[in-house]
Amino acid sequence: MIEYLISPEFLLMMAKIVGIFGGVMGSLAYLTWLERKVMARVQMRPGPTRVGPFGLLQPIADGLKFLFKEDIIPTQANKFLFILAPIVALIPALLSFSVIPFGPRLQVADLSVGLLFIFAITSLGVYGIVLGGWASNSKYPLMGAMRSSAQMISYELSLTLSVVGVLMIANTLSLGELVTAQQGTWFGFIPRWNIFLQPVAFVIYVVSAIAETNRLPFDLAESEQELVGGWHTEYSSMKFAMFMLAEYANMLTVSALATILFLGGWTGPAFGPDWLRMVLPTIWFVGKISVFIFFYVLLRSTLPRFRYDQLMKFSWKVLLPLALANILITSLIVAIS
Amino acid sequence: MIEILFFFFAALAVGAAINVLVQKHVLYSALSLIVLLSSMSGLFILLRADFLAVIQVIVYAGAIMVLFVFVIMLLNLPEDEDGADRLRWLKFLGIPLGLFFLFLTVITLWNVERQDIVEAQMAGTPELIGRSLFTDYLLPFEATSLLILIALMGAVVFAKKDL
Repeated sequence: MIEYLISPEFLLMMAKIVGIFGGVMGSLAYLTWLERKVMARVQMRPGPTRVGPFGLLQPIADGLKFLFKEDIIPTQANKFLFILAPIVALIPALLSFSVIPFGPRLQVADLSVGLLFIFAITSLGVYGIVLGGWASNSKYPLMGAMRSSAQMISYELSLTLSVVGVLMIANTLSLGELVTAQQGTWFGFIPRWNIFLQPVAFVIYVVSAIAETNRLPFDLAESEQELVGGWHTEYSSMKFAMFMLAEYANMLTVSALATILFLGGWTGPAFGPDWLRMVLPTIWFVGKISVFIFFYVLLRSTLPRFRYDQLMKFSWKVLLPLALANILITSLIVAIS
Repeated sequence: MIEILFFFFAALAVGAAINVLVQKHVLYSALSLIVLLSSMSGLFILLRADFLAVIQVIVYAGAIMVLFVFVIMLLNLPEDEDGADRLRWLKFLGIPLGLFFLFLTVITLWNVERQDIVEAQMAGTPELIGRSLFTDYLLPFEATSLLILIALMGAVVFAKKDL
């Protein structure tokens, strides 16, 4: 046992876990800064400028503020579930990073069913929202929680079905192998990314992913104008911060998955000295994720919200049949070739 | 290490299963059921059935139980309902059924050969499961999907009186 604890494999694994966890938590904090800054610029405002240069220390100030705020639990709330809900929301959101390959060797565990693992883990995240809304024992949170559970179940279907085409082409469920299958180019200049083979699936995936993470234009669960704050109306202090972190972590996860499935993951030109070759894949990966994050923020600052019936109709009557048709056509082509 | 994990998940599963029965509030029962299903999935991983473990969480804990919790919240059932009275005879049906299930389990475990266990551990990959579903077990597989389709259509007919 002790020998295992000081063995190089174990220490390397711990270093990876600590590095990835730290990196993810840090980028989650700066995602809030990025979101506020980009949204402000879209709306012709300067955004945060006071704390540090360009407001760069704003996330730290926000974090401290969350810590020192009074932690309120409503008297009529179900105390046990009220405390449990943010934990249930945050832990699955962070767990999914354990199978994401940030680079050729920068991955905590390459499971043979890695993709399904992420779907399983993220499907548990909905309980955080549902329990939080129910335990608050208040009308707005309950409405928000019910909307969100219906929405997440509906869009989970199209999200899962949209990746089936990619899986049939790559013939694997491991995220590491999915990336390596997309290395190289066609005709010397088009990268072998799945987005060129599965454009329809890509669009379905991106739309469903936005809905899964409860972001505008699909943020019916917390639509401020009707439901005050939706499922987290009654939450304050660190518990609210945990819900926020979970939402941003889910955003990062779906963006990372989109990159891995459709944009070739960490693949990209590697050049220069050895140390640069080591670092470049991770830089490509982070860069591709940033494109998705930027797109998310742009969407949030420009689009109005869907109406609830439109949202459900769009999922069941447009995305789901489209995803099924995509699977059918892809499987036909795979079977013939 | 594996023994410790096995006893951890097994204890969690048994504890959660008992909790499903003794809880007065339906929501707590549903939540205990989720814990039970998740710990079963942990047991599946220990048996090297990764695919089954993940599917267990996706289908049961992630999809079906969300619907259960959704319905419980929607109806907002009061705590400790005495509506179980008209189902009293089910209690007496439960005991022989439970005994029968126990009997089946014992018989099955009695007949397992060591060779079967080794073979079963090889069959946990998605490729092998998919292959056997579409070759050896094609008829039951298709029959099940037809059953689910019928159930789906039945649910729609019940929910919408005038189509």
